[in-house]
Amino acid sequence: MRLVTAILKPFKLDDVKTALESFGVQGMTVSEVQGFGRQRGHTEVYRGAEYTVSFVPKVRLEVLVDDADAHDVIDVIAKSAHTGSIGDGKVWSTPVDEVVRVRTGERGAEAL
Amino acid sequence: MPAIDSGDTGWVLVCTALVLLMTPGLAFFYAGMVRAKSVLSMLMQNYVCIAVVSVVWVVLGYTIAFGSDVGGGLLGGFRFTGMAHMAEPVPGYELSIPPLLFAFFQLMFAILTTALISGAMADRVRFGAFVVFAGLWSLLVYAPLAHWAFSPSGWMVQSGMLDFAGGYVVEINCGAAALAVAIVVGRRHGWPREAMPPHSLPLTLLGAGLLWFGWFGFNAGSALKADGLAVQALVNTHMAGVGGLLAWIATERIRNGVATTLGAASGAVAGLVAITPACGYLDTLPALLLGVLAGAGCVLAVQLKYRFGYDDSLDVVGVHYVGGVIGILFLGFFATSGVNPAVAHEGLVYGGGFGQLGRQAVGVVAATAFSFLATYLIARAVNAVIPLRVSDEDEDTGLDQALHSESAYDFGSVRSMGRIG
Repeated sequence: MRLVTAILKPFKLDDVKTALESFGVQGMTVSEVQGFGRQRGHTEVYRGAEYTVSFVPKVRLEVLVDDADAHDVIDVIAKSAHTGSIGDGKVWSTPVDEVVRVRTGERGAEAL
Repeated sequence: MPAIDSGDTGWVLVCTALVLLMTPGLAFFYAGMVRAKSVLSMLMQNYVCIAVVSVVWVVLGYTIAFGSDVGGGLLGGFRFTGMAHMAEPVPGYELSIPPLLFAFFQLMFAILTTALISGAMADRVRFGAFVVFAGLWSLLVYAPLAHWAFSPSGWMVQSGMLDFAGGYVVEINCGAAALAVAIVVGRRHGWPREAMPPHSLPLTLLGAGLLWFGWFGFNAGSALKADGLAVQALVNTHMAGVGGLLAWIATERIRNGVATTLGAASGAVAGLVAITPACGYLDTLPALLLGVLAGAGCVLAVQLKYRFGYDDSLDVVGVHYVGGVIGILFLGFFATSGVNPAVAHEGLVYGGGFGQLGRQAVGVVAATAFSFLATYLIARAVNAVIPLRVSDEDEDTGLDQALHSESAYDFGSVRSMGRIG
């Protein structure tokens, strides 16, 4: 099993969610996060003082998938999150040792 | 004493309520500009001024400000201690309203002026120490200066210095005091390197709107009658607020490339500050010009704290002191007896020469020196007994939690899970 993690532009979340659902993904976890990459931050002005805001609001999306699906799920996310402008985000996956469904106690791929 | 006039009394009753509303307005104007962790402490400092200053004023403050002069136009006597002898006329005034109403209308000014100082030491002052400071300040600084510049027997009034509704007494006074406390209390940790942007500009704009509304009572009410002068003062007040708003956002559009909501609120307040001493002595168009000068002047003045390194957190000096000075000096140019027969010497523009400008400037030096020095001494004295500043840890945590055991915002997330007891 693998954990696919994606950092997205918040307004692309709905497109990504729809694309993943049509691919067959059963669930996902989303959190609001702040960060920067090559996009860097932006500037705000209060009473003439300019503040550099380094961290930009982003959405972090996490999906647990079977090893066989990991590559395709990454592709689905990368395609649906794409705008072509700077700050589109990143997608990566990491190996997962153990998964348990809390309600039933099922383990491993059964629990996905 | 002239007969009590029901129209005048009704108007000043309403104005008293209008001016009271300025303190909650100021509280929200300020609270929006602080960080989310110290919102309640800012609101609390302003609201507690309503209570503390009222007690001090009723017991002693009023009689020091408006009692019969005890010598040199410096202080009033003790005849009105505890609101005694309120059937007697207010010394020096020919009022058609009850003296007790006058005393309470003036109380609202004392409350607001004291509350204004809180903006200079936002995010870092102990509540108890602030309460003591506020009570002492309203008695030892506000009341004497009100005697000087408002009471007809005060030395500034006697010397022909003009201050219709509080350029010396309110604006320059709170601004000079703000500089003194900012120096005594010291900078916030991280200032100016760390960004400390306003946490809620909608609150600030709402507060500015309430201030503007209440300012009609502050300025037009200072006519102490429901007459043509009150109308002119109200018109001038509005036009100066308008001029300040436009000038501030125009200036920042040129300097920073954007017009901001905080700029609009600040500009309106700057214009209203500047017109406060002048509203009863100017024609309409000079009032608009004054607002424009104040808006453009204050947007530049708020940068001074970075150059001189004092953390006047919410720009009490840059807006109230500088705006007050602009309004006071403007009278040297544009005061005219055509608007108010109380103007003994015409301004420069009306052929009166430099005399009035000189008098106004002497008043600026006197009010600034007295307010700054007296406030500095009071703040140092309070600080020696009860430290004014919170611990580093409490400052980091935020005053709302550290001092008041409350949070301004609870959105029902993980942090609101807990148990009673």
